[in-house]
Amino acid sequence: MNHQIIMAGFGGQGVMLIGTLLTYAGMREGKHVSWLPSYGPEMRGGTANCAVCISDAPIASPVVTEPTAVIAMNLPSYEKFSKILVAGGSLIINSSLVSVENIRGDIKAYRIPANDEAETLGSQRVANMVCLGGLLGVEDIVEIETVIAVLPEVIQERYHHLLDLNARALRRGYEMVREMK
Amino acid sequence: MKPVYLRPKSLTHTVTHYCPGCTHGISHRLVAEVIDELGIQGKTIGVASVGCSVFAYNYFDTDFQQAAHGRAPAVATGIKRVHPDKIVFTYQGDGDLASIGAAEIVHAAARRENITVIFINNAIYGMTGGQMAPTTLEGQVTTTSPFGREHGVQGYPLRMSELLAAVDGAYYIARCSLHNPVQVARAKKSIKQAFQNQMEGRGFSMVELLSTCPTNWRMTPQKALEWVEKHMIPVYPLGEFKRGEGE
Amino acid sequence: MSQPILMKGNEAIAEAAIRAGCRFFFGYPITPQNEIPEYMSKKLPEVGGVFVQAESEVASINMVYGAAGAGARVMTSSSSPGISLMMEGLSYIAGAELPCVIVNISRGGPGLGGIQPSQADYFQATKGGGHGDYKVIVYGPCSVQEACDLMVKAFDVADKYRNPVMILGDGMIGQMMEPVVFRGGQGEGSLPEKPWATTGNEGRKSNLITSIHLDPEVLDAHNWKLCQKYKAIEENEVMYEVYREDDAEWFLVAYGTVARICISVMDKMRKEGFKVGLIRPITLWPFPKAAFEQVADRAKGFLCVEMSTGQMVEDVKLAVEGRAPVYFYGRTGGAVPLPRAIEKRMRDVIEGREPVVTDYLEGRGGGVK
Repeated sequence: MNHQIIMAGFGGQGVMLIGTLLTYAGMREGKHVSWLPSYGPEMRGGTANCAVCISDAPIASPVVTEPTAVIAMNLPSYEKFSKILVAGGSLIINSSLVSVENIRGDIKAYRIPANDEAETLGSQRVANMVCLGGLLGVEDIVEIETVIAVLPEVIQERYHHLLDLNARALRRGYEMVREMK
Repeated sequence: MKPVYLRPKSLTHTVTHYCPGCTHGISHRLVAEVIDELGIQGKTIGVASVGCSVFAYNYFDTDFQQAAHGRAPAVATGIKRVHPDKIVFTYQGDGDLASIGAAEIVHAAARRENITVIFINNAIYGMTGGQMAPTTLEGQVTTTSPFGREHGVQGYPLRMSELLAAVDGAYYIARCSLHNPVQVARAKKSIKQAFQNQMEGRGFSMVELLSTCPTNWRMTPQKALEWVEKHMIPVYPLGEFKRGEGE
Repeated sequence: MSQPILMKGNEAIAEAAIRAGCRFFFGYPITPQNEIPEYMSKKLPEVGGVFVQAESEVASINMVYGAAGAGARVMTSSSSPGISLMMEGLSYIAGAELPCVIVNISRGGPGLGGIQPSQADYFQATKGGGHGDYKVIVYGPCSVQEACDLMVKAFDVADKYRNPVMILGDGMIGQMMEPVVFRGGQGEGSLPEKPWATTGNEGRKSNLITSIHLDPEVLDAHNWKLCQKYKAIEENEVMYEVYREDDAEWFLVAYGTVARICISVMDKMRKEGFKVGLIRPITLWPFPKAAFEQVADRAKGFLCVEMSTGQMVEDVKLAVEGRAPVYFYGRTGGAVPLPRAIEKRMRDVIEGREPVVTDYLEGRGGGVK
């Protein structure tokens, strides 16, 4: 098992956070993990991304050039990373913001209206969690329960009143993808 | 018989390398007398700069660090932050403090570093052989302003005491002169004040000392002293520019 | 062993320094190492330490000089352009024989360059950088864990030899998060005595920290004394790893994060039947010549891979001494050598093909030597 995942979106959509969360959960399950962010001016409002590796063996390279899974939370992310996804890889598309046709036929693509679902749950800010939940529903990376269990360790204490909302968002994305499968 | 004039304990027996008539000897002695009088020799750490006073550590019998050109206030910051209970002073010339080290001195003052700075202003680069300094007077001939400093070409003399007095973190800024015994006595008073301020934790203190360079000014020592009074003081007025209130 | 913590490289490096007994940090902001000063500004006061944001890197390194001369465990961190500004101070520190640690989370140059990972500061770090005959001990960690372990070691080695030590990471080491276990480190009180430090001359002769020796005989003697010290460091402090020493004939040579990429290439090529190994220098100075001695009798060739246009490759050639051909592949400016490009280059080397640069990355290049 060697998952190489890219999570990408606008700055502020919380892609770094879901990357951290997944990495943390992987570590908690005793796997080898790494998290590598994009950084610099692109962090200031442009498209941000992070690369997460979760593996049974030590991580050789933290740089992900051929991802096995991609979460694309906005259109530029979709355009940039859907191309380099390996054949047979999983693509989670935030269809609230990305409407595209002609998706590659050799990958598993899942359209999740993450912003709309998050809004229904209580806040658009957990759209990232809906997407991560979706990824956990299609790829056997870590248990969703592990992710929910480490939420309090990853999310800053001043947002702990939102822990339950985040957990619900994760479960919602997970279920949605399971239904699509 | 009661001795009336002795070598201060804080000066070593080394013969200085300074030129005849240079006032570095006087300022060294004043600093050493103050260190003796305040009883702080054993806890004083000096920082020598680059310029004629590069070997100051040979003459002061205290711990010393030799700093890169202009960086004495940064080095002093490092020392003082490690040993806040020790007395740290820098001894810098005008090239060192006002030119290459302008940033370091301004920011040491801005950070309110609790150090004492002795600033020797002789309006010229001495050690390198008489080049123009940022404090060189208008019209003054140096080896790199051979036709006299002209403000349209080389700009104006930089008044560091006035500049630093405008920095909030500076507690005490004074300019004194060493051209006659009365002024020497006043300079000692200011130097003592600057060290006392540090002992009381009041922050950044600097004493600027108008000094002579008979060799590079191409004058006799006597003429050099007169030149300070006649030409330097009108540009660099003496006095205390800042004396902060207690906090 | 205690539970691993997931930490960003920069923050982990800072934490390791504090655990190593570092109590003084002087620095100036620059990407991609800002998490180090940020962490220090928050954590040092909690342990009775001091953080000062200096007005420049020039001032930072001179504050380090002052604090090191005053006997403290002290460090600074910066990235390539800032490290260039520190070179003057570093020369003085080496000349005055002061122990301190400098972290360079390097980025692409020359000039303002870029802010993405780079290894183009190898020459500056290992060959001097500032003026005069001096050496800085340089570690090139390949993971967050190794960066932390080396950080602790760096302070001890600096004290042992009274010499500056540099941790040369790249932007990736600084920015990535990996699990880390903090081990080693020294509490306060167990740090070595420094009777030479300027602490006030009460009850002893005055101490002097200086690098000026105007008498040629004295300076000559000083330089040869330093040279002896560097020789001892070369004898005692070399660190490296050789992978697949058992049967490898073709060796990749890489340090830092590039070495990890090369490991994945090595593993893949071995599955395809190529007898590929890897030499990973950990100390960049002193350079691990011994690693090359170890494999000299059967190595058919070496491929040095760097995020530069070829710097360490010169040391590789010196170590190999013509006994086998040495090849190079590099990318710069933040572009990272990709596994498939390295593999292609290695196959060309092994199979004796002339390299075609455009083969290596879908027309985008990289360079070979």
